[in-house]
Amino acid sequence: MISIILLSVFGIVQLFLGFLRSNKVLLPAALLVLAVVFGVNLADWNHAPQSFFNHMLTVDNYTVAFTGIVVLTALLLLPFSRSYVVAHEPNLAEYYALLLFSLVGAIMMIGYDHLLMLFVGIEILSISMYVLAGASKRDSRSNEAALKYFLMGAFATGILLFGIALLYGATGTFALSQIAAAVAAPANASLLPMLHIGILLMIIGIGFKVSAAPFHFWTPDVYEGTPTFFTAFMSTVVKTAGFAAFLKLLAVALPAAQGFWAPTIQAMCALTLLLGNVGAAVQTTPKRMLAYSSVSHAGYLLIGLVAGSGTLVGPAASGIFFYSLAYSIATVAAFGVLKLVAAHRQRSDYTALNGLGKTNPLLAAVMTVAMLSLAGIPLTGGFFGKFFLLTAAAGQGHIGLVVFAVIMSMVGIYYYLRPIIAMYLRPAEGPTAEAVPVDGLQSFTLALLALLTIALGIVPGFLSGIL
Amino acid sequence: MLTAVLLFLPLAAALLLHFTKGGTARTLALGASLVEFALAAFVAFDFTRHGSGAYNLDYAWISSAGINFHLGLDGLSLLLVLLTTFLVPLILLAAFRHDYDNPSAFYALVLAMQTGLLGVFMSLDAFLFYFFWEVALIPIYFLAGAWGGERRIAVTLKFFLFTVVGSLLMLAGFVYLYLQTGPAASGLAAHSSELSAFYKLRLSAGEQSWLFWLIFAAFAVKMPVFPFHTWQPDTYTEAPAPATMLLAGIMLKMGIYGTLRWLLPIVPLGVSQWQRPVIILAVIGVIYGALIAIRQRDMKRLIAYSSLSHVGLMAAGVFSLTQIGLQGAVIQMLAHGVNVVGMFFVADAIERRTGTRLLPDLGGLTRRTPLLSVCFLVLLLSTVALPLTGGFVGEFLLLAGIYQYSAWVGAVAGLTIIFSAVYLLRLFQRTMLGPDSSFSATITDLTGAELAVFVPLIVLVFWLGLFPGTFLHISEPAVSSILTAVGR
Repeated sequence: MISIILLSVFGIVQLFLGFLRSNKVLLPAALLVLAVVFGVNLADWNHAPQSFFNHMLTVDNYTVAFTGIVVLTALLLLPFSRSYVVAHEPNLAEYYALLLFSLVGAIMMIGYDHLLMLFVGIEILSISMYVLAGASKRDSRSNEAALKYFLMGAFATGILLFGIALLYGATGTFALSQIAAAVAAPANASLLPMLHIGILLMIIGIGFKVSAAPFHFWTPDVYEGTPTFFTAFMSTVVKTAGFAAFLKLLAVALPAAQGFWAPTIQAMCALTLLLGNVGAAVQTTPKRMLAYSSVSHAGYLLIGLVAGSGTLVGPAASGIFFYSLAYSIATVAAFGVLKLVAAHRQRSDYTALNGLGKTNPLLAAVMTVAMLSLAGIPLTGGFFGKFFLLTAAAGQGHIGLVVFAVIMSMVGIYYYLRPIIAMYLRPAEGPTAEAVPVDGLQSFTLALLALLTIALGIVPGFLSGIL
Repeated sequence: MLTAVLLFLPLAAALLLHFTKGGTARTLALGASLVEFALAAFVAFDFTRHGSGAYNLDYAWISSAGINFHLGLDGLSLLLVLLTTFLVPLILLAAFRHDYDNPSAFYALVLAMQTGLLGVFMSLDAFLFYFFWEVALIPIYFLAGAWGGERRIAVTLKFFLFTVVGSLLMLAGFVYLYLQTGPAASGLAAHSSELSAFYKLRLSAGEQSWLFWLIFAAFAVKMPVFPFHTWQPDTYTEAPAPATMLLAGIMLKMGIYGTLRWLLPIVPLGVSQWQRPVIILAVIGVIYGALIAIRQRDMKRLIAYSSLSHVGLMAAGVFSLTQIGLQGAVIQMLAHGVNVVGMFFVADAIERRTGTRLLPDLGGLTRRTPLLSVCFLVLLLSTVALPLTGGFVGEFLLLAGIYQYSAWVGAVAGLTIIFSAVYLLRLFQRTMLGPDSSFSATITDLTGAELAVFVPLIVLVFWLGLFPGTFLHISEPAVSSILTAVGR
């Protein structure tokens, strides 16, 4: 709760600091705010759950854990704003403010106990992202991305809202616990179709936000057009918050309707894994590859929803937490490297990475760790993320889905190796032969990201099974 | 404690190497690997006198899922640990002759791989085993990919994909076994991935039947057994010499070791169901590898196919499920490790002097290279399995085991000795003997550093050939307990 207030207040303060027009003030200020919020958030760990706004928002371990991921992700991502911002915009304070505001939305999505809070959270997050997608104002592709994202997003929001309305119609309440009770013991059986359509529409609405197939089609174009810095934000914070909200909706409000939604989610999961992985394998630029890969990771996370057994504790919830964390860290690292390289080498295809192992050993090493983590190779957090999720699903008897996911992750290994091959095995030539400049803060952050990924892969014990 | 030092010393040295350059890196890497060998020798000495109790290391790794960091040694592990720690210094020494770009990264990767290999041979927890299995793969991928020959990119990608797909299937099998341990309903913490917990499982024949292939996939690719071998000749040929030695000398043994420890006792019913098809595949590999080796023009490719042929025999011996066959596989793992590293080093020594590996370009080298010729011949005869050499003991026991299983299969597999004499003597004839080539007059003999690689290898060849009891004695209890678990 204090996190929400702090972020909102400092978002506004950030706007005022914008008069100074100096990144030297804005970036440290934003970093400081996020560090404080991260600490304040962790202070609530293992306290009794607190409720706010007439039971619309709860702060419990679940909220603290996922809020921790989104704030940490933002904190680790911010150092990469530097060269982007300097190169482009005079109004950079607005971007920092929007980032902070969007985190407020994310935290509301994670902590909601009431469907209106969920809706408000999604809107705060989405509207910030619509603007940020178009941050590169003079780049037509960024404009296209913003417009596309906005139109599709607005449409999905409408569907989500319609779903909420139908759910309200069927159960007479917005509160998750009361919905659960009403679904478990329906007062009027004739309202069941309305309930089911409502659930379906909500799944579609949230599925769009987390880019789960078949509602993922916007992802590659939007991710590609959006300035890389904000793409990274989109594919980590939005996804983490979206899945936290998704899991809560299904596990807290709708466990009694599992027979209805479980097959739907399973089908979405299989489709997402297939389209995401196969799509990523045929891309020619690393950025689009990462866009499709983010779709495929939505697929793995959906397995966690399938394996969830009606609670916010246990292997499935812990698995989603661990996976989101490992995924976010690796994704920030990958996009961070990509952004620095693409900005300097002025190329966006795989050849931009050629010879990076020679010119920038640190960048190449970090990118390698990130790719191995996303591919799910041991020694990295990504391996244990997949391991926990798949084991939880196998434990619930979803063997077919797990086998399919394993097969799809074999496809994944192929395309995640491509940047590694480019960096280490292909020689640098012409414009790629010189080193990419990286400042101290960015080097430090990249090294930290790689170390965190490896730490999650070697001693996962301290964060696994905490929920 | 000593176990942990043994495991992590190479990794620590690898990390340290990043702060060194060129010559220092070489010295440090070699020093670390020698210390490691001394440590392993001490452990072996202590083991034979006091047993393995002191080397058991068991910590909770992921307590919420019942996964432990559990290492231990028995006779089988110990021999492979000895082989690894013995070969790595020699492989490093062999690499000294090359001017590799970025040497500190090169040596660091070799040492990091050593930790992975040792971890594989010492793990007693399924997920830890899988973890080290992949830890061993990543460095060798970069070694082969970054320092390899012309076609390295495509070849190493194929190698990586083959092995990763195999090991993911194995992981899926392990996850299934893991979920069968402990009570199903009480969460992950009640399950266990301990080897001993897997041994206690009593699964139905139907389950074991498909679990066998899930787990065997990883081992079959790693060895490799026909028809999972297609990555092998290309990778062995394209990888730089030290990486090829690591692949053939040590990494291949991960597959045999894995079969012995993680397949036979866990799914015995599956093993007896698939025993015949696997032995037939293995024997096909023996003949197939040998026939193709006869036709090769490239020394390295020839040795690669020869290795394929020999590993087929080891696999067949393992699946004969006889004491003598398993013991033969153990001794042959050591002998093959020594032989194949030596053979690849010979190929490397010739290539470095002449700039070619093609047999038609070579010939008549022996006059000016008596030392090289002698070393070559000894290792070659051991590979052919001439009595008094390590290769003979291994292949004899293997063939005896296969013969016990089936006389016909034994007879076919026995052809390997004839075939290997054909292609290896042809190799020797085309390179060292025969009409003079353009290199005959200018080639130089072995240097001191090269002799330092060959002498220990040759000593071990004769040790294995004359006193195999030293090693068979160490592995015997382990092999017996595996066979007891299989029910033979």
